[in-house]
Amino acid sequence: MTPATIIQLSLAILLLPLFSFVTLIFLGKRMPRQGDWFGLGMLMICLAMAVAVLASSLGSEEAAVLNIPWVNFGTLPVIGPLQMQIGISVDHLTAIMLVVVTLVSTLVHLFSIGYMQGDIRYSRYFAYLGIFTFSMLLIVLTNNFFLIYVGWELVGLSSYLLIGHWYEKKSASDAAKKAFIVNRVGDIGMFTGIMILYYNFRTFGFTEIFHAIGSGQIPMGSEAWLTAAGILIFCGAVGKSAQFPLHVWLPDAMEGPTPVSALIHAATMVAAGVYLVARTFPMMTADALMVIAYTGAITAFISATIAIAQNDIKKVLAYSTISQLGYMVMGLGVGAYTAGFFHLVTHAMFKAGLFLGSGSIIHAMHHAMHHENDHHSDPQDIRNMGGLRKKMPITFLAFLMYTLAICGVPFTSGFLSKDEILAGTLAYGNLTGHLLIPIVGFLVAGMTAFYMFRIVILAFLGHHADEKRYAHIHESPATMTIPLVIFAALSFFAFYSFNPFGASDGWFFHAVERPQSVVPASVQAAGIEAFEEAAHHAHIPAMGLSLLVAAIGILTAFATYQWKKISADAWATRMKGVHTFLVNKWYFDELYGAVVVGGTLAITQFLRWIDENIVDGLVNGTASWTLAVVFGYSDHAKGKNLSAKMFLLVGFASAVLAGLWMGQWFWPYHSAAGSVAVGVLAGLLTLFFFWSGAGGFDKYIVDGIVNGAAYTSGFFGILFKKFQTGKVQSYLVLVILGVMLFFFWFK
Amino acid sequence: MQLLGIGILSWITFLPVAGMILILLLPKDNKNLVRWSAAAITGLQLLLAVVIFMKFDRSLTGINTEAGFQFLEKARWIDIPALSWFGRIQIDYFLGIDGISVLMVILTALISFIAVFSSWGIEKSLKGYFALLLLLDAGMMGVFVSLDFFLFYVFWEVMLLPMYFLIGIWGGPRREYAAIKFFLYTLFGSVLMLLAVIALYFSVSIADPSTGEHVHTFNMLAMMNPSNYAADSILGGINTSMRYLAFVALFIGFAIKVPIFPFHTWLPDAHVEAPTAISVVLAGVLLKMGTYGILRVCYSMFPDASAHYQIPIAILGFISIVYGALVAMAQTDFKKLIAYSSISHMGVVVLGIAAQNTQGIIGGVMQMFNHGTITAMLFLIVGVIYDRAHTRGLNDFGGLMNQMPKYAGIMTIAFFAALGLPGLSGFISEMFSFLGAFQAFRGIAIAATIGIVLTAAYMLWTLQRLFLGTLPDKWKTLPDINGRELFMLVPLAVIVIFLGLYPAPMIDLMSSSVNTLVGVFKPELGAGLIGH
Repeated sequence: MTPATIIQLSLAILLLPLFSFVTLIFLGKRMPRQGDWFGLGMLMICLAMAVAVLASSLGSEEAAVLNIPWVNFGTLPVIGPLQMQIGISVDHLTAIMLVVVTLVSTLVHLFSIGYMQGDIRYSRYFAYLGIFTFSMLLIVLTNNFFLIYVGWELVGLSSYLLIGHWYEKKSASDAAKKAFIVNRVGDIGMFTGIMILYYNFRTFGFTEIFHAIGSGQIPMGSEAWLTAAGILIFCGAVGKSAQFPLHVWLPDAMEGPTPVSALIHAATMVAAGVYLVARTFPMMTADALMVIAYTGAITAFISATIAIAQNDIKKVLAYSTISQLGYMVMGLGVGAYTAGFFHLVTHAMFKAGLFLGSGSIIHAMHHAMHHENDHHSDPQDIRNMGGLRKKMPITFLAFLMYTLAICGVPFTSGFLSKDEILAGTLAYGNLTGHLLIPIVGFLVAGMTAFYMFRIVILAFLGHHADEKRYAHIHESPATMTIPLVIFAALSFFAFYSFNPFGASDGWFFHAVERPQSVVPASVQAAGIEAFEEAAHHAHIPAMGLSLLVAAIGILTAFATYQWKKISADAWATRMKGVHTFLVNKWYFDELYGAVVVGGTLAITQFLRWIDENIVDGLVNGTASWTLAVVFGYSDHAKGKNLSAKMFLLVGFASAVLAGLWMGQWFWPYHSAAGSVAVGVLAGLLTLFFFWSGAGGFDKYIVDGIVNGAAYTSGFFGILFKKFQTGKVQSYLVLVILGVMLFFFWFK
Repeated sequence: MQLLGIGILSWITFLPVAGMILILLLPKDNKNLVRWSAAAITGLQLLLAVVIFMKFDRSLTGINTEAGFQFLEKARWIDIPALSWFGRIQIDYFLGIDGISVLMVILTALISFIAVFSSWGIEKSLKGYFALLLLLDAGMMGVFVSLDFFLFYVFWEVMLLPMYFLIGIWGGPRREYAAIKFFLYTLFGSVLMLLAVIALYFSVSIADPSTGEHVHTFNMLAMMNPSNYAADSILGGINTSMRYLAFVALFIGFAIKVPIFPFHTWLPDAHVEAPTAISVVLAGVLLKMGTYGILRVCYSMFPDASAHYQIPIAILGFISIVYGALVAMAQTDFKKLIAYSSISHMGVVVLGIAAQNTQGIIGGVMQMFNHGTITAMLFLIVGVIYDRAHTRGLNDFGGLMNQMPKYAGIMTIAFFAALGLPGLSGFISEMFSFLGAFQAFRGIAIAATIGIVLTAAYMLWTLQRLFLGTLPDKWKTLPDINGRELFMLVPLAVIVIFLGLYPAPMIDLMSSSVNTLVGVFKPELGAGLIGH
């Protein structure tokens, strides 16, 4: 197959699910069977093509690339011509992801035909599966940060739509909203990282950016910015792959239909973050990788502890997913690139299987409860299950296979990938001294084995809680069991490596090799050779240790729930504080609810008040103050509102200032008494002005002075008439007196 | 380009005036005739806009040279021979468009056309309503095509009056308050602008081609050329405090229109009281006149002051984005929420153009257009629900998704476009604005990304309160969206999706003008505004 053919096929793979979405959203209801076959058919074609692309791609080392100009910014001043390209490229990583995504999606389509039968929005559901698959394929196919961000957000949209599929339930619409918003928090980090890269390199292309960094051109000329860019890009992964501290959306996302949980919230979408880290791995500095490794380790640990204390089967699986994602992220962070990505693939298979298996159980439980008219019991609560092994043998065997895989039992795919990650963490611990990471790694492996077998024992072994209900439980239909069997088969080691105890000889490890870091040597993590060397030495001890902890976990689970040697309830009472803490998921939701959500809402209410009373208050204030100045305080507002109070205050202040100013400057002799008198007069006049308004002031003061003047002049007229004696001497006396007066005045 | 001897820009501007006269002459009782006449006039106008779009030469530079503009029309309008100390007054009728105005012309024609259809339900003094609506249309169009400041100012004020009456007569319960507030507030801005215009007039003079005599001019392009400023005039020189003052006066005048925090409080009141069609025009076109003015006047005539005030402008943009989003989140009135979201989204325009580089300004201008279409959809959507339920309280609804599925589908597109979902047009303009902004001022751009999360939060919360959950009994009879409403909303949705996938046609229209505008900052100020 030529690169051109690979590109054409990949474009077809990308666009067919979109076509399925558009067709189903507009025509779905009018198609026979509401178009479920159409969506499934499209995906099967995609899967076939994806397998062909993978087979062909593995044969060549060169990636097939297609770039097309998308927008043209013309000739920029100083910078010159600038274009923006979008494109896709297919290398091994992409080709493997194509198969994983289309495979899981196809099987989920098939499973959904049985599971979603009779749903009120059946065709809408299949349409959404289409747009999800399209967005996910966009993420894995694109060769630039721009389109990956586009796919990133579109995946968020499809996840929103699918989680909220049963939006009549408040909890479902809340969960959908929460998923979108929490993801957006991570996305703005990623967006900022992209801005940093674009600012420096004026391109979004992965290859171009890595090449530029490799040639010594680093963001803002500083290694700190390079590290920051790496961590910010990783923020996107923290959101989408549900890493601490943004993991809170994933358990709630289980409000969506169970096949969706399998497709989106276990196998593909949440793996997008891991894929992103793998894709951008070459530009990660040692510090960035350390942050990534620790984030993964913390996530793996926290969610494993929570999973132990949950009773809802989907919640356990959700936390287990978060924990496993933490594992992959940790694997990539420590430099076990291939192992981390390998775990993504193997986990996609067995976790999709686990969710579909749980879907099969819930389906059966739901029907049985429906039969019994029992609408109170929770079909997802493992305490209501038990003994399902006999009634649902296929589901049981498949579920057991997945569980063995996730626990890392030999001969499963999970054993291969988990073992390599653990060896990587040990190597990292040896090389850098960060021993906490391998310790967490092994601890989590043990806890995983424990809580997974807890589900298996409580759900499938022992006796059912309710005999009458038990009679109505049946194995699920073939559309549901076939995917289970396929996923179970794919959890077997042989698909990835012929050596059941080491993946490094298999095709996968040859296909996906850790890329060379492009960051400057001073901030590079341990090189490939050094790491391989350390990992090689760590391999055997890691395998032994991981088998040991898995065995301890499994045995403890049996001892507790099957043989009843250890009483779970007694332990729960004995460690009441810890147990409550775990049942409540470390109180993350409560914390975020109070601080982030509550804080934001409080701020919004506060700003709304500010906006209406202060900002707009100033605007309305100009109007009411104009009125107040015209009509006076007494007449206008009477102290009812803020504006009037402020007006009065300003009035008083003006009066005092006017009094001081007038008193100081207007009296020529600076005589204390005179100053005070004029000051008081001016103050009173000003106060009166504010009190009575311009109208009142005009009426009483200005007009008063005029009238007063008239009156006074009348008075003086009468007085002066008396001086009109007609005697020149009298006039002279008056003139001299007057002149003396002026002299005295101007002295 | 001319039709019947009259330039196409005169046609597109004065066609609504002709339509206004026509409508006033129509019989009062034939309501449908009045409606369809208005529709025909705006339809013709839209057709002219499409012709302009097709004929527009993408390579011309615009901004500050007459040769860069297209569809030019220039005629002496007012010519008063020397008055004592005032000198000779020459005012031109001068129209032309470049890459920045062409999008606004298209947007105005589009939104006006849609506004006519969304006014179908108006019953009160129908003739007066449509006459005023068409006058408003002419005023807005005139602002975008004028190249003479006097003419620009006349259109700017002409637009004010019909808006005042449209809100004050056909508005909601507090219409008089809102109308007066809108009028006085904008007038306050206009007065500031007038002062600056007069200062510009007395500073700039060009040689009259026939006599060679130097006369003062209102020609906007002449005002952009530093050599036309007399050295001793009030706005002569660069980086003088008078120039800063004039810039600030103009900026506040335009900022009130945008509106930029803290000049925004007229907007929520005006929107809440205005009838749906007027809200659509107000948010869809009117607000853009502010940012258009900043580009056309503030930036082009005062590059020195623009560069000087770059960071304060960016901070105002940031505040508008975050503050608008936060206050929007606190609203319980659907329309008021959308009004505040407009403030937030126009903040993105301000942030983008504050970057003063190609991507930022392209992002900003695109956001002007995209916000025009998206917010028009949002206000139409509010109108649809208000017409049916007679309430806009967000907490009164729920579960409408099943009751009104088509409506819900359209609204989902509009909401996700507003929150910047890739694949829809809002994302592209937001992304470019941020990319440009980041190149100019990192910290502010990063801080402003909080707006992205907040917008998602309040939009999805609103969506949830309206559509998800269970339907209250009293809304079980609400009919789904009708044909007329679909006719308005579907084309907008198509534009939103198309430009989200392929924004190149829009960018091609403006890239050479924007690059010229960015170049204005360079020669006298040196590099350093773009990148590094």
